[in-house]
Amino acid sequence: MEGIGQIITFYILAGIAVISAILVISLRNLVHCVISLALMMLAIAGLYITLFAEFIAMVQILIYIGAVVVLFLFLIMLTLRLTDKDIKQTNEQKGISFILAGLLLFLLVTVLNRTSWNISPEAVVENTTSKIGNLLLTTYVFPFELISVVLLACLIGAIVIARKDKD
Amino acid sequence: MTLSHYLILAAILFAIGTYGALTRRNAIGILLCIEIMLNAVNINLVGFSRYITPNELTGQIFTIFSITIAAAESAVALALIISIYRHVKTVDVDKINLMKW
Repeated sequence: MEGIGQIITFYILAGIAVISAILVISLRNLVHCVISLALMMLAIAGLYITLFAEFIAMVQILIYIGAVVVLFLFLIMLTLRLTDKDIKQTNEQKGISFILAGLLLFLLVTVLNRTSWNISPEAVVENTTSKIGNLLLTTYVFPFELISVVLLACLIGAIVIARKDKD
Repeated sequence: MTLSHYLILAAILFAIGTYGALTRRNAIGILLCIEIMLNAVNINLVGFSRYITPNELTGQIFTIFSITIAAAESAVALALIISIYRHVKTVDVDKINLMKW
């Protein structure tokens, strides 16, 4: 299970994810940014599979790439004019933002290296999908129902906000 | 492969997302960077689920909730940006300052 192939897979997927994330923050044309974001999410779905979370990987592809990315593409089509794609996309806080993000990364990596994780010696559950289904309808049934209400409220709110005023 | 690999990858993605969210002028660009940060956090959760509680699957359940909230957040943000665009005719956050004293 802990073979060389797994390590190579991890580094390839991690490399794709990091490079496409950098493309998302550096490209000027927003449509290209959204396509890079989809690539990053695909690489992360692959990483989920290396973590034995097949169901999460499928949910990631369905919801993020299938719904959220398409939503962003529609948003770009609805708001930006064609001339907008060549204007400057970043503000004047590049230097201080770079320092802040670097400090954040340094802090996170330091904390992660100093913490001793309580790694479980147990073997991984192979068939996670049916177990997730069971858990969602037994232990986590209240948060599950609550989250569906939250989703419904957000969708109604979105429709109300985006509707044209009748005047 | 250890847990640290996944956590450090998530930290790198989170820092990239932070940098982008701070420097983008376009509201849609900021939203894209927030999605990067949410994905980084989900990698953390799934990694913890695999290495620390492999039998309880708590991290994976939390990831499902997190993805749902991210989708709801995107829908509301889309509606807000369309509404702002209709009123101000721009999505540049430097120019949207109606509520700034």
